[in-house]
Amino acid sequence: MENLGAVAILLALCLSAYAVLASVTGKLKNKPLLVLSAERAVYTIWLLLALASGLLVYALLNGDFRLSYVAAHSNRAMPVLYKFASWWGGMEGSLLLWAFLLSTYSAVVVFTNRRKLRTIMPYVTAILMGVQCFFLILIAFPESPFQVLAVGRGITEVPDGNGLNPLLQYWTMAIHPPMLYLGYVGFVVPFAFAMGSLIARQPGDAWIHTTRRWTIITWGFQTTGILLGAGWAYAVLGWGGYWGWDPVENASLLPWITATAFLHSVMMQEKKGMMKVWNMVLIAATFFLCIFGTFLTRSGIVGSVHAFAQSPIGKYFVAFLAVGIAATVYLILDRLDYLKSESQLESVLSRESSFLFNNLMLLASCFAVLWGTIFPVISEAVTGEKISVDAPFYNRVNVPIGLFLLLLTGVGPLIAWRRSSVESLKRAFLIPGVLALVTMAVLAVAGVRHFYALMSLGLCMFVTATVVTEFWKGARAIAARTGQNLAAAMIELTHRNTRRYGGYIVHMGIVFLFLGFTGHAFNKDSTNDVRVGDKFSIGRYELKVRDLLDGDNDNYSWRRARIDVFAGQSLAGTLEPEQRMYKASRQPTSEVAIRRRLNEDLYLNFAGVTNDGRNLAIIQAYVFPLVSWIWVGFVTMIAGTIICLIPPKVRMQYARTEVVGYVQKHAPVNP
Amino acid sequence: MNKYVKFGLLIALIIGTLVWLAVGGVNETKSYYKTVAELQQMGPDARTKRLRVAGDVEPGSIVRRGKEVEFMLAQQDRKIRVVYSGSDPLPDTFRDSAQAVADGKLGDDGVFRANRIQAKCASKYEAKPGQQAAPVYPPKS
Repeated sequence: MENLGAVAILLALCLSAYAVLASVTGKLKNKPLLVLSAERAVYTIWLLLALASGLLVYALLNGDFRLSYVAAHSNRAMPVLYKFASWWGGMEGSLLLWAFLLSTYSAVVVFTNRRKLRTIMPYVTAILMGVQCFFLILIAFPESPFQVLAVGRGITEVPDGNGLNPLLQYWTMAIHPPMLYLGYVGFVVPFAFAMGSLIARQPGDAWIHTTRRWTIITWGFQTTGILLGAGWAYAVLGWGGYWGWDPVENASLLPWITATAFLHSVMMQEKKGMMKVWNMVLIAATFFLCIFGTFLTRSGIVGSVHAFAQSPIGKYFVAFLAVGIAATVYLILDRLDYLKSESQLESVLSRESSFLFNNLMLLASCFAVLWGTIFPVISEAVTGEKISVDAPFYNRVNVPIGLFLLLLTGVGPLIAWRRSSVESLKRAFLIPGVLALVTMAVLAVAGVRHFYALMSLGLCMFVTATVVTEFWKGARAIAARTGQNLAAAMIELTHRNTRRYGGYIVHMGIVFLFLGFTGHAFNKDSTNDVRVGDKFSIGRYELKVRDLLDGDNDNYSWRRARIDVFAGQSLAGTLEPEQRMYKASRQPTSEVAIRRRLNEDLYLNFAGVTNDGRNLAIIQAYVFPLVSWIWVGFVTMIAGTIICLIPPKVRMQYARTEVVGYVQKHAPVNP
Repeated sequence: MNKYVKFGLLIALIIGTLVWLAVGGVNETKSYYKTVAELQQMGPDARTKRLRVAGDVEPGSIVRRGKEVEFMLAQQDRKIRVVYSGSDPLPDTFRDSAQAVADGKLGDDGVFRANRIQAKCASKYEAKPGQQAAPVYPPKS
């Protein structure tokens, strides 16, 4: 069986190399059948990788511990869901998942474009398959998921596996890696189209129109992946934070930042024909940061708490990145003539300028995060001393950047294209501005002295006011004309220009995220050594230890505290933080207990037992104000993303007149 | 004023502010990776710089006392006493024989005062399947 899997991967590798060659030769020599055969190869690769993945999952589910991968990442007592999730629990499996997802995306791209864009599709196929080839080399040779443990030579037969890392045995973690990978891998597609149109010297925005949906969907997956990771860190790692600026977290954030910049700056290209080179650079940067992220998490070059093993695949990645980046830079420089801007910036007070600053800030943030992440490597190369920077560095740079971006989120959509007069700015921003200042004044009077927190909350109010005004104005106009009620008019409005109003909803999601981040300024914590019956307090809560229990099952043994929570005089509930010891991996984990509310979370962690002879339970209690808004923001952002993907009603009405490409540019946006 | 000059000034202002913040951030939070041996050979410098020391947690040396946790960090034959007093809970992976990284400063008494501990569990990541390590499950209270 493992032979079948390994052969499938090898065959897929050969086919991917063939597809690259056939596709390019077919295009250059004008042989459509050769191009077609390359496309067939793409489908076949999908079948082969589906087979290989199926075999690996089958081995994981059935506990075939002859396989090194299965023995290292699965065990008998694990629930089926986690056995399945072991597919991406380790290096070899997750690379196989990468390859499988890429083959799926490639097959979909080739299928949906089988009769379109014939001039650039052969190159797109070639680029997709080139990347595919790289990942297949990794799983065919240095990191094969089908390696068999050679029983004998110093290795005993394995009766049971080590089990999936217990920290990963949590539901969001089971879906976090595939989400992140769907995002990572997805950016290969717009990148391939961008490069394809460059190679084919195809002027215009065809690649942007074709890949707009891809980019939005992929961005949605990436957002989901990152925030699920944050949610997991918050609920599982037991340190009460959701983001630690760890290299692995940064690796997932970097392409997200450039992708966000790309999503904004393509609007400049679509509407004004500007920033063409810039968009090429951004999509290429996003793609290479995705590869770099995989490299960072998988090679162990930068030490990380997520602690993936050191491995020899680092040099493969470095080679791939070097060749890829060199080729991309060459292509862009060589074809600069095709990327001339069609119009110019006119004024500092304009929509264009707000996009420009949005991009500048996002890129600055990306650069700061990248710099901090690889600082130990750079400093060791330059000064010989390994120096690392810490969370405060990232916060110091990124908090002001974030606040400025939040301001632009409110300003951008209301400011006019080309140039804006001071008069019209006053009209648009008077109410939101006043509301923001009032909010800040009220909070300052109420005793909030934290500067950034005040700014952030004020700006949250500012953006909310601008978004609400936009919906209100548009909906009122429709309601007045059609006689619908306001709610129906709002749905109608959104449906007419889903991209614009979906975008506003995503912006609201961002506001909620910032609200959640701001709560961090008001966190409280306390650590208590307690026995049954003891009382302690934090914030407005009184906590009383009712019970200390312990027990045991097949997968792990546990100790648990049952703690009654009193808010004011009344019993508000019982929280049960737990500490587990997983048997297969002999690793302890904390199962924190969280009382989630929109205003604040109460977070209890059973940290252990004192070993100074008194055997007291160590309970850490935290109050995290507003943190739930991060998850509210996440749901809002995803909802907005989905709305962006719904085809707009206006375009569908105009589609019959055969000017599909221009309707968006001249559609009545504020009827 | 010419619009390009305006843009240029604005961008320069923004980049300048950020660079200033970043440089300040680096200087404030940078910590030097040192081995235990290097740390013990360092002069008075060691008292002022933020340092990051890695090693293995000496089995049986972890003592929890209220908010503080004390343990010995060993690297080859050298050992150093570490006292952790941060507000974040210690990671689940922190226990006997784990590989730990402590961030903090060296005190005058030669005890390393850490405000952050990272740890990865040695047995999980280093033992190959098929080679069972000794059980390290702690006795239940």
